[in-house]
Amino acid sequence: MTEASQDLKKTPLHAVHEAAGAKMVPFAGWHMPVEYSGVIHEHNAVRSSAGLFDVSHMGEIEVRGKDALALVQKVTTNNVAKLALNQAQYSALVYPQGTFVDDLLVYRISQDHFFLCVNASNTNKDYEYIRSHAGGNVSVVNTSDHYAQIAIQGPRAIPILQKMTAFDLNGVKYYWFRHLDLEGEDVMAARTGYTGEDGFEIFCAPSTAVHLWNRILEIGGNHVIPAGLGARDTLRLEAKMVLYGNDIDDTTTVLEADLEWIVKWEKGDFIGRPALRKQKESGIERKLVGFEMIDRGIARHGYDAHIAGNRAGSVTSGTFAPFLKKAIGLVYLPVEHAVLDQEFEIEIRGKRHRALVVPTPFYRRPNQ
Amino acid sequence: MYPQDYHYTKEHEWLKPEGAHALVGITVYAQKELGDIVYVDLPPAGKKYNAGEPFGTVESVKAVSEIYAPVSMEIMELNQQVIQQPELINQDAHEKGWLVKVKVTNESDLEGLLTAEEYQELISKDQH
Repeated sequence: MTEASQDLKKTPLHAVHEAAGAKMVPFAGWHMPVEYSGVIHEHNAVRSSAGLFDVSHMGEIEVRGKDALALVQKVTTNNVAKLALNQAQYSALVYPQGTFVDDLLVYRISQDHFFLCVNASNTNKDYEYIRSHAGGNVSVVNTSDHYAQIAIQGPRAIPILQKMTAFDLNGVKYYWFRHLDLEGEDVMAARTGYTGEDGFEIFCAPSTAVHLWNRILEIGGNHVIPAGLGARDTLRLEAKMVLYGNDIDDTTTVLEADLEWIVKWEKGDFIGRPALRKQKESGIERKLVGFEMIDRGIARHGYDAHIAGNRAGSVTSGTFAPFLKKAIGLVYLPVEHAVLDQEFEIEIRGKRHRALVVPTPFYRRPNQ
Repeated sequence: MYPQDYHYTKEHEWLKPEGAHALVGITVYAQKELGDIVYVDLPPAGKKYNAGEPFGTVESVKAVSEIYAPVSMEIMELNQQVIQQPELINQDAHEKGWLVKVKVTNESDLEGLLTAEEYQELISKDQH
C-alpha cells in the first residue's frame, strides 16, 4: 500500500477486497477495487450471469419534513411529485444556468422523506447546495456513513437474491424499491443499476455489508463473481449511462447531455428552469452523442474531435467495449453534426482516426 | 519468470538478442499492472528511434501506456499476431507477446540495461 492510500476512506468491505487480491486504486477519495479477475472477464460475467459490486463510496443525503417535497422539487429537474412511495427516479441537481451540480437517484421512502443517492466525489458539494436552498420545515442530512451499498447485476442477479429473502422480488419493478429482510438483515433493495442489466442495488448498514457480500457469493456459487469499478465503467458506457466528471459537469447543461427526458417542464418552477427553457427555445449548440471508431484505435476522455478539419468537440468517455468488442465513446458535437451516421475524426496521439455517430445505447439487454 | 538472457528497462520493456537482431516486448510485470490489453499501436518497419524514445503504445481497457525504445534501434518487423490478438501479451508477455523485431543501432546502449536480477529487484520495490 502506498503512503497516499492511507488518507483514503475505506468501505466496510475494504479488507474483503484486499484479502481476495483485488487491485485497489484511489477513486473519489476512497480506496476502491478496480478489478478482481480482469475487467473483460468481470464485464462479460455481468452480461451473461451476474457480478457483485461494492459501491459503498456512493453518497446518501436524506431530506425529510413537511417541506421536503418542495425542496427536492426545487433543486432537481425531474418531477418528484409523480413518485409513489417505494418508487425511484433518475434526476439532475442543477445550477441556475441549467448545468449539473450532479446526477442522482431520488427514492421516495414516505410522503415527506426522500433519499438521494449521489456521486461519491460530489456528496459534500451536493449536501451544501441542497441545504443552501432549504426553507421551512425540512431537514437535510448527509447520511453517507450510515450505509454501505452493494450492487448485484446481471441476468442471474434476481434468482440469486431471491434465495436470500421471502419477499417476492419480481413484485419490485424496475426503478422501484422495498425495505426487506435479506438473510436476517434489514436492507433497502432497489431494482436499479449502472450496468444496463437487471439487478438490485442494496443499501444496508455498514456492519452487515461483509455478511451480505459473502452470502451472495456463497449462494450464487459460480453464477456470480465480484467485480470492480473498471467493469462498472465499461458496463455503464455500453449502456450509455453518463458519468459525472466525464460526460456531464458544471459546464454542460441537461439538454446538451441529451437528458431532456429528466426535465419535467410541466412540474412548475425549479432552479435552472428559466435557463433551460431559454436554451430549449433558442436551440442547443452542442449535443452528447455516441460513436464508434471506424479506424483502428481507442478514443479516450479528453481527445479532440474534428469535422472538416476544424476542432468540433471533445470525447468525454471512450473505451474498448468488452461485450461489443469495439472501441466506443461519447462526444459533444455541434448540434448540426450530432446526427446518426455523421462521420468525424478523433485525434489520437497526433493522428486523425475516423469515427461514426451511432444509435445509443450501444448495448441493450435482450427482452427489454 | 524473467529470462536470464534478456535485458530489461526501468520502464518495463525487455530486449532479447537474437543473432544480428533483437526482439522487444513488455514484461510480465507490466502486463499485469496494465490489465486486459486490447490494443497495440506500433510504427512501420524502417522507423528509427534513439534509446529512451517512445515508439508505440499498448492499451488496456482502462489505460494507455507508452513503450520506450530500450536501445537505439531500427524497426525491422512487427508481430502481426499480437496486433490481431493483443491478449497474447497478457498470456505470454516474454515469448509470443513480443512486439517488434529490431536492429540495435548502438550496441553500447545494451550496457545501460538491467539484468534479470536487477529488474526483479526493481519490481519487488515497486510492489511495496
